[in-house]
Amino acid sequence: MRHLLITVVALALLPAGSWLSAQSRATATNVAVIPHEAVPNFFKHPPGIYTGENMGIATNSKGNIYVYHRAYETRLFEYTAKGDFVRELGRNNYGFAFAHSVRVDAQDNIWAVDEGTDMLIKFSPEGRILMTIGRREDPVAMLSNMPGGGRYHGRNEKYRFGRQTDVAFDQQGNIFVSDGYFDGRVVKYDKNGRFVKAVGERGNGNLQFNTPHSIATDFQGNVYVGDRGNARVQVLDNDLNWKANYPNVGNPWAVCVSGGPGPKNPGKQYLYVSNSWPDSAPAGPAEYTGEVYKMELDGTIIGKFGRAGKAAGEFATIHQMDCRDPDVIYTAEINNWRSQKILLKASTAKTSSQQ
Amino acid sequence: MSRLISTIAVAVLALGGSLLGQSGVSELAFTSTDLLRTPVEGPFVGEVAGVGANSKGQIFVYTRTGHPYATLGDNRTFSRGGSKLFLFDANGKFVREWGQDVYGFNAAIGLRVDPQDNVWTIDAAANQVVKFNADGAIGLVLGRKPETIPVRPNAPASPPSPSSPTSPATPAPGAKPAGMGTPGSGFNRPTDVAWDKAGNIYVADGIGTNNRIAKFDKDGRFLAHWGSTGSGPGQFSGVKAIALDAQGNVYAADAGNKRIQVFDGDGKFLREITNIGTPLAMCMTRGGTQHLYVSHAGDQDGMDDAAIYKVALDGRIVGKFGAAGKQLKEFGLANSIDCRNENELLVGEMTNWRVQKVSLK
Repeated sequence: MRHLLITVVALALLPAGSWLSAQSRATATNVAVIPHEAVPNFFKHPPGIYTGENMGIATNSKGNIYVYHRAYETRLFEYTAKGDFVRELGRNNYGFAFAHSVRVDAQDNIWAVDEGTDMLIKFSPEGRILMTIGRREDPVAMLSNMPGGGRYHGRNEKYRFGRQTDVAFDQQGNIFVSDGYFDGRVVKYDKNGRFVKAVGERGNGNLQFNTPHSIATDFQGNVYVGDRGNARVQVLDNDLNWKANYPNVGNPWAVCVSGGPGPKNPGKQYLYVSNSWPDSAPAGPAEYTGEVYKMELDGTIIGKFGRAGKAAGEFATIHQMDCRDPDVIYTAEINNWRSQKILLKASTAKTSSQQ
Repeated sequence: MSRLISTIAVAVLALGGSLLGQSGVSELAFTSTDLLRTPVEGPFVGEVAGVGANSKGQIFVYTRTGHPYATLGDNRTFSRGGSKLFLFDANGKFVREWGQDVYGFNAAIGLRVDPQDNVWTIDAAANQVVKFNADGAIGLVLGRKPETIPVRPNAPASPPSPSSPTSPATPAPGAKPAGMGTPGSGFNRPTDVAWDKAGNIYVADGIGTNNRIAKFDKDGRFLAHWGSTGSGPGQFSGVKAIALDAQGNVYAADAGNKRIQVFDGDGKFLREITNIGTPLAMCMTRGGTQHLYVSHAGDQDGMDDAAIYKVALDGRIVGKFGAAGKQLKEFGLANSIDCRNENELLVGEMTNWRVQKVSLK
């Protein structure tokens, strides 16, 4: 009896503990392993061109690849579909300070999400700035926030973010923003950047978030939010009503829905979720983090691939994925200062059971 | 009978006219283009704090772009960067950067071109007004950039309270940098500059704690200042723009009090102009009958409530145009208006990172 009591207490404490450590073991078990391999030395740079922490990665409809990364300056690079460096976009523009993610919309516009300036910057395929949302505070105002560190404030302003994390688009061109470290919400704008709606605050109930860190939409306009601190994916409908939680795949640093942003019907879509190795690369969690889950949109787990590590095909720390082609996953990694092109092999394993 | 009808008609017309004056301002028809073109690889125009054209049609843009840096020094932290001055041709094509690496470019807040084609930049972080001669050399410096920025150890240990997240920053206690908040040239977040026919200089000072107009002679010698914080005549709640008419009267955009105050050149209060919303930028036309263009920004992001008013100098509202938003013919914090040509304006926007060329019908 006493043994049982201790177990119950320990289980009750577990969620609080995982909240603090921000990285928990995925609760799904008996998950089939999807064979995968990394294309060796895929990304190629001219001499003297480096990437730093690779925070964001996205492909356009032609297969070109964009990587948003933290180097000496935060920079946005473009590569051919074969991994050759093409050019830099947006060099030293006012919206770049600390990269967080990058996405490509249905018209192949490139959206950089910067958590240093609290801004979204929309580039035309050519590289011109078409629109911004959010606003960088001027240096004098920023000083009032020094010396930094910061914390959740939940200001929930229509056109200002609190270190927002990611952006997604539906078939009507509406814009969905996960916001972020200092806010705990999802914000919807129309295609002209006009505020429509915001939901959420910090917490662990439905429509509450603890660092919504990544966001994706499916072809029907449903919204998948990587609610990282709460170790779940929250699914919302297009009007930001709550639909479901997928609580069994660890802490989702990155979510991705296959098929691209449209407008072509992508057919069957899959959801990818990365339970990333924490960005300080601690030895302990390396044993139970780092894997990526492939799921049906309804949350059924199909399989998983990868593990924490620094070798080719291992991940440290996946911060964003591109999965336009469900069998070709691009991963942007913080600790390894790299991105990888991952090929998924046809799996013979059947859909695994889950708890 | 017909006389009665015409009397009624006149009465109705008069009533209608007064109703129009009270309930709605007539909309001025206009077209607009997104004017500026920079190379696709950069440099990039960011928030447009100031735009102005010279007599040759060349266009100067003072913009927040690039990055503000903090440099670690001996026990202090220094700031630099974050704003640039660009030159464009009359068609909006990028020509070159002006004043590259100028010390005081930090947080652009305004730009004006004077009648002699000198270019004046106003910086809200450097607390400076800098005059560039037409050839690009620096001709006059008003105010001094703070030596250091109070990153540490004077900054509060915890973030500021969420209740006032977006109000202008107040320096941490004991951290007031040199050159702030004193009479004479000590500006505190100045916003704008204007001149009279003698070349005397009037500085709107500004959106910090000074809430005053400062007057200098053409060589930059301090002459006088007036104003304090408040809502009475001669008091301000954020002086965001300044303009002078041909008689030397001074028009000051008093944003927090939703009015324009009019003074003579010595600071004597004359009158106020209201019903122009929350004034952000102003431009005085140069024709025989002068008008003021006044941009109104009713929200902090320029997404809910905005317009540009055309106002007669007696305060009568001629009309208005534009709305809030990100599309063409919408204005996202129109912080600067050039009206060298009365019916062809250059409007610089902060949140939309652009200059629109506005043609009024």
